[in-house]
Amino acid sequence: MVANEAIIKTVNLNCYYGSYQAMKDMNIEIYRNEILGIIGPANSGKTTFLRALNRLNRLNVSYSQKGSIFFENQNIENISDSVLRKRIGIIFALPQVLPVSIYDNVAYGPKVHGITGKSKVSQIVESALQSAYLWDEVKDRLDMPALRLSGGQQQRLCIARTLAVEPEIILYDEPCSGLDPISTAKIEDAMQQLKEKYTQILVTNNTKQAARVSERCGFFLMGELIEISDTNALFTYPKDKRTDDYVTGRFG
Amino acid sequence: MNISKAAGIRQKVAFVILGCIALVVVLPIILTIIYIVKNGAGAISWEFITEAPRKGMKEGGIFPAIIGTILLIIGTMLFSLPLGILSAIYLVEYARENFFTRLIKLSVVNLSGIPSIIYGLFGFTMFVLFLRLGTSILSGSLTLAIMSLPVIITASKEALESVPRSFREISFSLGATKWQTVRYCVLPYSLPGILTGTVLSLSRAAGETAPILFTVAAFYLPRLPHSVFDQVMALPYHLYVISTQVPNMPAKLKLATALVLIALVFLMNLVSIVLRAHFRKRKQW
Repeated sequence: MVANEAIIKTVNLNCYYGSYQAMKDMNIEIYRNEILGIIGPANSGKTTFLRALNRLNRLNVSYSQKGSIFFENQNIENISDSVLRKRIGIIFALPQVLPVSIYDNVAYGPKVHGITGKSKVSQIVESALQSAYLWDEVKDRLDMPALRLSGGQQQRLCIARTLAVEPEIILYDEPCSGLDPISTAKIEDAMQQLKEKYTQILVTNNTKQAARVSERCGFFLMGELIEISDTNALFTYPKDKRTDDYVTGRFG
Repeated sequence: MNISKAAGIRQKVAFVILGCIALVVVLPIILTIIYIVKNGAGAISWEFITEAPRKGMKEGGIFPAIIGTILLIIGTMLFSLPLGILSAIYLVEYARENFFTRLIKLSVVNLSGIPSIIYGLFGFTMFVLFLRLGTSILSGSLTLAIMSLPVIITASKEALESVPRSFREISFSLGATKWQTVRYCVLPYSLPGILTGTVLSLSRAAGETAPILFTVAAFYLPRLPHSVFDQVMALPYHLYVISTQVPNMPAKLKLATALVLIALVFLMNLVSIVLRAHFRKRKQW
């Protein structure tokens, strides 16, 4: 394992929806420029974990949380929602596009962060679409409603939209759950290219995808981190019996 | 075979019954309109629409009343639209669920059930007497605005709530503030519903007599108003006056006045339909 600087660190993170505890004493470190895979069955707290990092959980009124999250050694409670979410972007499970044109979807982020000027915005849109491997497919029809794109294209559009606000971390919440294998491969390709500039966390139900894409991988179960290690090690020599059962498909 | 045949018959019977019920709802409206058009259209002329009433309102036109009603609609809209939409935005997007907001929501629902004469009395006490605005366009518009508010708030609330939650999540996840999210990701998509509700409540306000009775309406005032502190004639009140207070009023003049009022309300509803169709083209989800 490469010794590296932690960009995100959680300390005894506990998350609750009303009285239901979705996450128990999570202590985890995420390193700069790595792809961290997170696997685990449904209701294991994977999505809650992602949404705790950029405070999207707070949109749910019944949500509460104990413990701390540090982003570059700064407690995220001291960072405003707007700045935190600009720096930590998220890709949702199902492609969530706005019912406007392809261009306006990508330009939305720059717009809310006060970037004006047509040429500057269109430059951002182009480079974001290129980084998400979508530019060649849509460059002639940027005015087309984004909802007319295929599911895989929509998901890459979501990645482009996130890239357009220049985040430092990208969270993926089961990004390929509704996609065909070819679209999935394109998204995985994009993730490999994005590694140079971004730290990425991939939550997935598909253990094979975690094995293909991630460098380190964590196994969540019932809101607890059971095991985290090098992806190869986790899949070939899991230390915990439950991890072994899950990755070999004996439950979950 | 037998079962499906029986089901087919039952379905036909159900269709006939439902069709009859629908007809019962529509029939009175159609009959009223036919009656008014048939007996009132003859009295409508250029003179009727553009001239002031003469000779104890038995001759001349209803121009001041038409202008009065249009001014009252505009005044009502100026007060109720911003207040109603902003209240709805506050209730849906900003307010947390607590005792206070539940009280507001309950009040809004209950306000829409209050008889319009009560609004008229409230407007008279509050605006005409207490705030010393006198019987004026201002007092009348404010009274009608308060009466329209519950419907505008309720319709706007529903329109805002019908925007998918995911739009807000997308916007927040990109670092947008609450207001940016409302402004760019919620309002544009709820505008058709807000407009429909607003126009419906305004067209109801246009036809109301009780709220303007003590606050603005003039019995007979052939000149046009000079300022918002003037009284005006208004179509619904004029119709009431010529139907009950003027002896030997020709029936066709009453029906012609009613026809103009209905036409005005229809026109407003038409505008709302056109606007809604225009905005709906943008709705693609």
